[in-house]
Amino acid sequence: MRLLISAILVLLAAVGPWLPQWAMFIMTVALARGLVVLGLLLLLRAGLVSFGQALFYCIGAYSAGALGRFFGVSDIFIQMAAGAAMAALVAFVLGFLLARYRGIFFGLLSLALSMILYGLLVKTEALGSTDGFNILPSTLFGVRPAPEWVRYAVLVSAAAVAAVAALLVHRYLQTPLGRLAPAIKDNEIRVEYMGASARQAVHVKYVIAATLAGIGGALAATTVGHIDPEMAYWTTSGEFIFIAILAGTGNVLAPFAGALVYGVIHTMAYDLSPNTWQMSLGLSLLLLIVFLPEGLFSRRLKWR
Amino acid sequence: MAVILDAQALCKSFGAVTAAADVSAAIERDSVVGLIGTNGAGKTTFINMITGYLKPDRGAIRYEGRDITRLPPRAITRLGICRSFQIPQLYGSLSVFDNMMVGIGIMLRNAGLAGYFSRREASVPGFGRPPREVAEQLLGRFGLLEDRARNAQVLPGGARKLLDIALTMVAKPRVLLLDEPTSGVSAEEKFGIMQMVLDAARAEGATVLFVEHDMEVVSRFAQRVLAFYDGRIIADAAPQAALADPQVKRYVVGIRA
Repeated sequence: MRLLISAILVLLAAVGPWLPQWAMFIMTVALARGLVVLGLLLLLRAGLVSFGQALFYCIGAYSAGALGRFFGVSDIFIQMAAGAAMAALVAFVLGFLLARYRGIFFGLLSLALSMILYGLLVKTEALGSTDGFNILPSTLFGVRPAPEWVRYAVLVSAAAVAAVAALLVHRYLQTPLGRLAPAIKDNEIRVEYMGASARQAVHVKYVIAATLAGIGGALAATTVGHIDPEMAYWTTSGEFIFIAILAGTGNVLAPFAGALVYGVIHTMAYDLSPNTWQMSLGLSLLLLIVFLPEGLFSRRLKWR
Repeated sequence: MAVILDAQALCKSFGAVTAAADVSAAIERDSVVGLIGTNGAGKTTFINMITGYLKPDRGAIRYEGRDITRLPPRAITRLGICRSFQIPQLYGSLSVFDNMMVGIGIMLRNAGLAGYFSRREASVPGFGRPPREVAEQLLGRFGLLEDRARNAQVLPGGARKLLDIALTMVAKPRVLLLDEPTSGVSAEEKFGIMQMVLDAARAEGATVLFVEHDMEVVSRFAQRVLAFYDGRIIADAAPQAALADPQVKRYVVGIRA
């Protein structure tokens, strides 16, 4: 896994300068979404479907945005770190509540929380209410890349962060706590009677997932250059679940591949039929569920 | 003999139903105790209270002199009181081997040996061997090695029961509570399974309490019998004496004395 990820990273860095700007944009956004979905993967493996990852995606984005708007900080790594920290903090607190719930209750409660943030942001003038606000072009470690190199710089930084995140999650999945995920999905009573706390394990996974979503949000914010409350809207969470289903939960690269495929389908659908792009997207999901019920990277359907 | 587990005047009711009325029993170390009684007599409630799944309305449970009445199940498990279930509680989507590995992982984690940053494969506390070997050893002891790659979901009834009990052995139980270890197992297999389980428990030095409906199994394996009826213990004696008790004959065995 480590070799594979390093290889992809090097390839991306090498090929990057020759990629058109739009391709780099799609790839960076896919990395941002992939990070969120990587967190979803952790929760899904434990049998939990969060309909509210947009909450942390939005918190990440607004943390990054607020740094630029109020403190003039535009360093992409500081922004990502801030997004991660804010998301983790909020998730740590909310986790005490959410880790008690399973199934549809967990899903709807997480959705409700993200909609609360949406409601708050829409009413907050200082943060641009429904319009949101623009974000300054990124800098790296205090260096401002030439305008034509900004996209490339952001792409490579994003890829590096995503690679590290994927490796850390990959390793986490092999620790006893990580391995507890399918056990929690299957039989929580047994988990308790073997001396582990399912609630604590879910709490930890929830915080990790939120942290990843926070990084993804910050990344999306600097890439797009604009943030608005839609990032917390439930349809955004829906997108992440769409990608998670598309990708499957087989391995840690699946979310990124899934996000890229989603980005391409989305862009093509929008290009071909600007008024009915949702239909194309829906149809592709339908086909997917029928023919690849476990996603592109399901554990059963490995590439041989 | 030294008392390892002491239930003191436990009471528990569910609405109008009294599941435990002043239940007291002192369990001696290394003994094998059979719990008998009709359905609804309070046997499983007794086990559920000891393992922390239910909290008694009144009364106390002491384990090696320590009050464990209010502890949650996982804390009680960590102290060495482990249970199996009437309906096996397995990780259905995982293989038999992975079922064991999840359990062993929890043991490692609780012992602080398998944190995120620990590189080296630790040996399992109490076993002194690496995880895979421990899993194989326990599966071998219960005759499950051949099924190691099968999904727990598709195992036959007897093997499910054995895996359920093998999972409790991972935690190195000092006290092992078995809720109907031979229910749903064919008559021929019963004695073999009980023998296998008791041998394993003895190898670990565990005290055993088991719920059983088959009086032949009880009289063969138990050293002491607690007979439950209507939330009460109506007899507490050696198997022969307990089964000869007129009340037990009438309410448990079902013969009019």
